[in-house]
Amino acid sequence: MTKVSDLIFPALPYDFKALEPHIDAMTMEIHHDRHHKAYFDNLQAAVKDSPMASMDFIDLLNNISKFPVAIRNNGGGHYNHDLFWKVMSPDGGGQPNGVLAAAIDKHFGSFNAFREKFETAAKTRFGSGWAWLCVKADGSLDVCSTPNQDNPLMDVADCKGTPILGLDVWEHAYYLKYQNKRPDYVGAFWNVVNWTEVEKNFKNAQ
Amino acid sequence: MTFQLPELPYAPDALEPHISKETIEFHYGKHHATYVNNLNKLVPGSPFENASLEEMIKKAEGGIFNNAAQVWNHTFYWQCMGPNAGGSPTGRLLNEIVSNFGSFDAFKETFSASAATLFGSGWAWLVVDAEGKLHITQEGNAGNPLRKGLKPILTCDVWEHAYYIDKRNRRPAYIDDFWKLVNWDAVAKHYES
Repeated sequence: MTKVSDLIFPALPYDFKALEPHIDAMTMEIHHDRHHKAYFDNLQAAVKDSPMASMDFIDLLNNISKFPVAIRNNGGGHYNHDLFWKVMSPDGGGQPNGVLAAAIDKHFGSFNAFREKFETAAKTRFGSGWAWLCVKADGSLDVCSTPNQDNPLMDVADCKGTPILGLDVWEHAYYLKYQNKRPDYVGAFWNVVNWTEVEKNFKNAQ
Repeated sequence: MTFQLPELPYAPDALEPHISKETIEFHYGKHHATYVNNLNKLVPGSPFENASLEEMIKKAEGGIFNNAAQVWNHTFYWQCMGPNAGGSPTGRLLNEIVSNFGSFDAFKETFSASAATLFGSGWAWLVVDAEGKLHITQEGNAGNPLRKGLKPILTCDVWEHAYYIDKRNRRPAYIDDFWKLVNWDAVAKHYES
């Protein structure tokens, strides 16, 4: 467990320019150093001097409807971006292997069928939000999307589970390079997905 | 009914340096145009085949609502701004703003806070209620106050696409510049109509 007050603002696990040409260095710098940092700082400010500071972060997200909206927005903002950086890598792309590949085939029919479902979730989320691959309570895999900085850990989410892959579709994630062309960004994302990390997340979620 | 992208009421570079030509070219030429195109694809065969944008804003759900409202919202947003604008309103509108919010500066501060704190994508609005009283409201995504029986007279788009090219993550800087572009004559017309 990690207490909210013990969370750390993570360094990006690679250079700003490491995901080019798929995600540009300027976008990565502003996204990590400004957007994510603001969510992290605002979360810490919102829990300061409150019993929420010593709560387990995941418990807090699981029960988010009981807490102020600033916790939902900034707690989600921190969790989602922390996951997002890790599930990408300059050595990413390709397809998953092993148990994750088998589970994707089992639940979606094929990797391509999964990919199409995930892309649809990412492209059709109206406004700001995230697309997810998550592990549901019964161990099955599901694809869904959530608005703003919500995520499937939250009791307010339409789809519930443990996220193992997330794609940020806020305009700030892609506007400098792709502008209005979100589908191009979603297509490029596959080139940087760190399937080793996603498989690790999958095993941890069992 | 086929909807058309209305003409921009000024040149794409007319709002510089506050809003760049590049932003307007994407925002009007791509985003606004896409909402019009999407709506024209969704309406045929739907219960809204002969409906106005306002009727769809009041009654539709899902894609038809989102695209109809975004067509309306953007057309209205362009009208609320102009070159050689800014400053403050005059006459009856100014009096109403002062009587509702205490002062023009207090109004600006509340509206700016509303625009800055809307989480995610959406719009800040100055609206008139059925009794003629002014209110500041926030709407997420495509939200439009007409749906709640309120009459919009001023709006500020705070989707990131409205400011990301020019201001990146600094939404408050965009809102500060927005005041330099507000066409108060147009807002007064919305108010008087």
